[in-house]
Amino acid sequence: MGSTSEVEFYSSETELLMTLPFVSGGIAAGFPSPAEDYLDTGMDLNHELVKNPATTFYGRVKGLSMKDDGILPNDILIVDKSLEPKNGDLAVCFIDGEFTLKRIAKKRDCIYLMPANPEFKPIRVTEENDFIVWGIVTWVIKNTRR
Amino acid sequence: MIGLVDCNNFYASCERAFNPALRNRPVVVLSNNDGCVIARSNEAKELGIAMGALPFEIEKLIEQNNVAVFSSNYTLYGDMSHRVMTILQTYSQDVEIYSIDEAFLSFDGYNLYDLEAYSREIVGKVTKGTGIPVSMGIASSKTLAKVANKTAKKRKELKGVYVIDSDEKRIEALRNFAIGDVWGIGRQYAELLVRQGVKTALEFTQMNKEWIQKHMTVVGRRTYDELCGHPRIDFELMPPAKQVICNARSFGSMLTEYTQVEEAVANYAARCCEKLRKQNCCASVVMVFVHTNQHRKDLPQYGKNIVINLPVATNSSMELVKYATKGLRAIFKEGFHYKKAGVIVSDIVPAASIQSNMFYELDAIKQGKIMKVLDELNGAMGRNKVIVGRQGFERKWKLRQEKLSPCYSTRLSDIITVKA
Repeated sequence: MGSTSEVEFYSSETELLMTLPFVSGGIAAGFPSPAEDYLDTGMDLNHELVKNPATTFYGRVKGLSMKDDGILPNDILIVDKSLEPKNGDLAVCFIDGEFTLKRIAKKRDCIYLMPANPEFKPIRVTEENDFIVWGIVTWVIKNTRR
Repeated sequence: MIGLVDCNNFYASCERAFNPALRNRPVVVLSNNDGCVIARSNEAKELGIAMGALPFEIEKLIEQNNVAVFSSNYTLYGDMSHRVMTILQTYSQDVEIYSIDEAFLSFDGYNLYDLEAYSREIVGKVTKGTGIPVSMGIASSKTLAKVANKTAKKRKELKGVYVIDSDEKRIEALRNFAIGDVWGIGRQYAELLVRQGVKTALEFTQMNKEWIQKHMTVVGRRTYDELCGHPRIDFELMPPAKQVICNARSFGSMLTEYTQVEEAVANYAARCCEKLRKQNCCASVVMVFVHTNQHRKDLPQYGKNIVINLPVATNSSMELVKYATKGLRAIFKEGFHYKKAGVIVSDIVPAASIQSNMFYELDAIKQGKIMKVLDELNGAMGRNKVIVGRQGFERKWKLRQEKLSPCYSTRLSDIITVKA
């Protein structure tokens, strides 16, 4: 693995409406939940997780630099390009020829790209670098059964 | 006022949006079948790569200048276009999508807005949100909005926005604008005008109106009025449903076998039906054509088409494939090297208003159900997973797309193939 988390991109299909029945009343962990005879209206994850469909893209994580944030290889990132980066945001950045996933730390005269893994060093971004914030990660999707 | 938003070098910009390393590299996109150059980044234009250039003609330029070359990826371009248009629709109630990368926005009733600031916001939001840089021109007519847009693109200091809101700005924009670049002035009229000594759009607006009416008909007169700032071309918000759907392509290599050509024709027919079903329409006429490569003077030439009136209008792939291949069998001749085939359906009517045929029994309801299942399966699993038998799996006729960019597409099936 390189020194960065690489991501690959594909655009999102948000026209496809997938509704899952959502049982209201919460789920009582540890207890069999009381039988619900009625179902609420469907829940659409596209609608819940993708606030700006026109500017939302997906990326897949490669590499371990964000491990301690719980972000591991093959996780899928939901990336909104329209959002302005805020301090502490998880961002897909493009720096010196490649995409990297890091948290943004704004300082007075520069920006640091912060990893979440002691084996990786923060990247100091100055005007010398070819750098753009490509998009802000709003959600991370993980498969828990791989 | 009317705004025109235009994506800068759209296809090349789509490729760059997902690959920022291409930002400072020249980029060209090739037509279907990797035939010729159909889109260029500014850097590629500066290298002197012309529209329509053939790949082998520019081989050296490509190598020497590290030009990135792509096959056209219409899945990607279509999706990115849709995103741009969706954002534009949040800024104006009336958006006329003029082409894949251009839209007119109506600003009727925006009198209290600072349209220049508003335009800068639109340009900023689209460019940031999609990664596709856009330019915007604003004026009182569509033709002038086009002029304003080109001016915004040409003059770097304008930063992508030009508003023609005074006569001074109008005259300034028209003064340096070549008459041949004016929307609505074709090549013949441009030549006619240059012969009259009229080289710029401004000179055109200073001509005698009667002369224009006489030599360039009402069309020229309309352009004249529009350039003077009087709108004469209305908004077309609802594009009329397509009256003809065509699916025709050159083959990746020349084909000689009937079964290979039949496979292609079956696929084109099936694709026409997919489009018909999307519009909720049926067609009652189908035309099939084939021809050889006219540029290969060393080979015997042949070309023919056949028109078939269907007994009942249909959008069923099974029905249309049946008739299209029947037609092909009638016109196909052995002993030729075929380069292109196509299927064109016409006489398109809404699916709800089909005339039945008492002499022709077709279980339309059953076919409709089958097609619905077919569309759903292909939607979920990827195009052409379930097909009509004749479409075949050999695909010798298939497009050459050797430099297709990763399809950052909208399909789950494509997501799986992305390497992690």
